[in-house]
Amino acid sequence: MKLKTLTAMALVGAMTAPFAATPAFADLVFPSLSYRTGPYAANGIPFADGYEDYFKLVNARDGGIGGEMVKVIECETGYNTEKGVECYESTKGEGALVYQPLSTGITYQLIPKSAADGIPLHTMGYGRTSAANGKVFNTVFNYPANYWNGASAVVNHLLDINDGDIKGKTLALVYHNSAYGKEPIRTLEELSKKHGFKLSLLAVDHPGQEQKSQWLQIRREKPDYVTMWGWGVMNATAIQEAANIRYPMENFIGVWWSGSENDVKPVGAKADGYKALNFHGVGDDFPVYDDLKKYVYDEGNATGAGDQHGTVLYNRGMYAAMLAVEAAKKAQEIHDTADITPAMMRDGMEALEITEEAMTELGLPNFGPAFKVSCENHGGPGLASVNQWDAKAGKWNQISDYAETDMDVIGGLIDEDSSAYAKENKVEEACS
Amino acid sequence: MPASFYYGVEVMLNGLMAGVMYSLVALGFVLIFKASGIFNYAQGVMALFAAQTLVGIQTGIVPFSHMINAALGTKVHYFGWNVPTLISILLVVGVMIVFAILVERLILKHLVNQEPIILFMATIGLAYFMEGFGDLMWGAEIKTLDVGIPQGGNVFIEESTAFLGGDDFYGFYLDTLDIYATVAAVLLVTSLVLFSQYTKTGRALRAVADDHQAALSVGISLRTIWVIVWSIAGFVALVAGVMWGAKSGVQFSLSLIALKALPVLMLGGFTSIPGAIIGGLIIGVGEKMFEFLIGAPFLGGATENWFAYMLALIFLVFRPQGLFGEKIIERV
Repeated sequence: MKLKTLTAMALVGAMTAPFAATPAFADLVFPSLSYRTGPYAANGIPFADGYEDYFKLVNARDGGIGGEMVKVIECETGYNTEKGVECYESTKGEGALVYQPLSTGITYQLIPKSAADGIPLHTMGYGRTSAANGKVFNTVFNYPANYWNGASAVVNHLLDINDGDIKGKTLALVYHNSAYGKEPIRTLEELSKKHGFKLSLLAVDHPGQEQKSQWLQIRREKPDYVTMWGWGVMNATAIQEAANIRYPMENFIGVWWSGSENDVKPVGAKADGYKALNFHGVGDDFPVYDDLKKYVYDEGNATGAGDQHGTVLYNRGMYAAMLAVEAAKKAQEIHDTADITPAMMRDGMEALEITEEAMTELGLPNFGPAFKVSCENHGGPGLASVNQWDAKAGKWNQISDYAETDMDVIGGLIDEDSSAYAKENKVEEACS
Repeated sequence: MPASFYYGVEVMLNGLMAGVMYSLVALGFVLIFKASGIFNYAQGVMALFAAQTLVGIQTGIVPFSHMINAALGTKVHYFGWNVPTLISILLVVGVMIVFAILVERLILKHLVNQEPIILFMATIGLAYFMEGFGDLMWGAEIKTLDVGIPQGGNVFIEESTAFLGGDDFYGFYLDTLDIYATVAAVLLVTSLVLFSQYTKTGRALRAVADDHQAALSVGISLRTIWVIVWSIAGFVALVAGVMWGAKSGVQFSLSLIALKALPVLMLGGFTSIPGAIIGGLIIGVGEKMFEFLIGAPFLGGATENWFAYMLALIFLVFRPQGLFGEKIIERV
């Protein structure tokens, strides 16, 4: 063998060795359908890092869950629905306990597969909103909040800052022209009837780099408030365009998928005051980060580049992993075994109860709302907070508590949509 | 005149500006297609790579830092220096020339005399390689590109035209960045035209574009010409990458701007530099006016991409070579 070939092989070996390291005794399998490539990689990376780092912490600090080590299988979807389904098919045989598809498109494809295979899905803050009805969507969970809670949370925030009266005000929805972006429309229409505000809709085509027409329309019509359902480059472009037309940032509120550092930092100082919803804490001022530092980062085991700690999407990934771990613990408790199956995991998710005491014990005080899942309600209480970007300090500040959303309106819509799904797919509504 | 009339004019002006931005991308395609008959699928990714490299050099990012850190257990991300914009741009031009040489040496040289579809497929492969290579080299996170071009509505134009349409009219909104992009595009096109008309190399480029074999027979080196053309296309990609990157950050979606260039090329013709400009302006104004007059009020909005391709398809039916493209006459 030539020296050149040997050198090349040694180089490739040295570079791939760190990636090949996997836990030797892994029993509880949590796949991570991530996207570290493609148009949404900048958002997929922090979520995937946070998700995996929390499991690494549980392995290193607690010796796994109930004595069983956790194995994370990462599969790259590129935010592509077909690849996401392939990832599901190729990993489900490994004993996958729960999937977080991290894409509404992939979620819609996996819902029937999940029901057939009995493997639960957790679609936190995305996916099919009416999956909150556990009587129809037995294996799908979208706690602690969904898109319709988000729409209501925006309106509630407007009510808060207008002394409870937004009659005659105008709200423009700038949305990604996809199934995801269209999700809040029905809810906002209902809420506009209820509160008497005028709703205008402005669709933006994928990927959303060109929004001049929409923002010229906003400049002409001068809506009192603008809300956004965007993702990826669409968010930063919209915030930049809003700054360009000198739209007041404090009147611009994005959903939680339009509220990460990636959305505001490219705009610089002009993004100051922009608001976004959230359903979990921001920053790294939580005791869990001390543990992560001690057991994961300082051991050189941080996932990825290790430069995402404390970002909104890293925290979201970590939160998703924490909820999965707590559900697994619940499943172990219910079935009195550490070696749980996907069906047992589903039971654990349905019986999950998150209290503030538990969150404090986990090193996450006030990080997320307290909630309880039930068969009837797989969506949790739908509480959401409002964050505001401080460009000078370069951080998000939580400016409201986790507040309730209009479940009178949302509950009716969930029942209507889930019943239609049940009828179409011949699903018998029942609690197991 | 009512305010709505002036708003229509405003939309048209912004359409012209958007058209210039599309033309910047389309120009790169035209240059390579003209000189080598290759439809360079990688042009959008080249714009992304050029912009990534510019930010990387400017802000002192360590290339391949993620890979180095993973392999060696180090934690290096930045060199700790900032390179002035002008020097960074010159360095990126150098990188794009090296890129052109590598493309010629590693891909094109081996595909001489192959069918155009083979060359097209090769550029698809190149695009995917560049996507991954760029992310590996500079990281996939969104980067802020600051080359000193101001952004936002031009206050002077806004205030000096506010009197036109009464109280309901707030003056013409024109983004300062778009004005800079227009000036850059005019300078770029003028330079390209002067280069191709009045320099020896420019004439050689035109000779190759007209007839490869005839050009070879008079001693013009096809390989050198390809390197020059890909270098110029790399420079055009850099200009497009800077303008679009300054607008919405340097991130993967920058490579998708190539999709906006396709209808421009269909309309203007694949072989005409003025065609790329005129095509861009027609698409820009057409899509914005359609959205303003019909799309937003009657069709729910987001009609711009759809309209651009529809317009291009209509042109394809009646004038397949585009407005300024060369008519293809083949003997049976």
